[in-house]
Amino acid sequence: MENIKKTLDARGLSCPMPIVKLSQAMKDMNVGEVIEVLASDPSFVPDVEAWCRKTEQKLIKIDESAEIIKAYIEKVK
Amino acid sequence: MNEKERVSIVVFSGDLDKCLAAFIIGSGAAASGMEVDMFFTFWGLSVLRKKGVKAKGKSFMDRMFGMMLPKGAEGLALSKMNMMGIGTKMMKDVMKKKKVASLPELIDIALQLGVNLYACEMSMNVLGLKREELIDGVKGIVGVATYLENAAKSQITLFI
Repeated sequence: MENIKKTLDARGLSCPMPIVKLSQAMKDMNVGEVIEVLASDPSFVPDVEAWCRKTEQKLIKIDESAEIIKAYIEKVK
Repeated sequence: MNEKERVSIVVFSGDLDKCLAAFIIGSGAAASGMEVDMFFTFWGLSVLRKKGVKAKGKSFMDRMFGMMLPKGAEGLALSKMNMMGIGTKMMKDVMKKKKVASLPELIDIALQLGVNLYACEMSMNVLGLKREELIDGVKGIVGVATYLENAAKSQITLFI
């Protein structure tokens, strides 16, 4: 995937930390850049979807095929 | 853009588990771009106590309350299964092992995210707490009118 600006390793962290770290990590990104998030908390899947709807950021893809969940979010605003 | 959505949380409880829930919701809301106000009243004020501070000029009763109330976020106990502190200790160990943020960590995070912490003036007076005994992040010592003004603007209000 193009434009991946950084990777946030939230593996092992529990609610609310993956979302908190994601919001902090996106603050110093530019519009159009993508962040990759690695997480192991199963609730991260519905939570990152909800978080993206709420904050109006673009969720490009969630990969739950492996044990580690990978989410790609583009900063749009 | 519209005005930010708001969350107002009254933290009445001084129980560890309930305060954890309050700070998880508060920091989660702040991380989701919402403006968050948390009002600490009565037993909830214990959460805001700074460790190891002795204020001068307190009455005998004020000092007694100070001794009996939990001394800050680290001193809180579970609402259930406390078992003279053993249950709380076990729960803290389990949470640490499972990488769940502790209450002091969550308070730090909430402050970093710009959550507004307010202390209830009347409860502070009743419990004999002084401003210098509270953590530095407390934004103000306020009354019910301040809470109501904020709560009336909030889409989510909780009493914990």
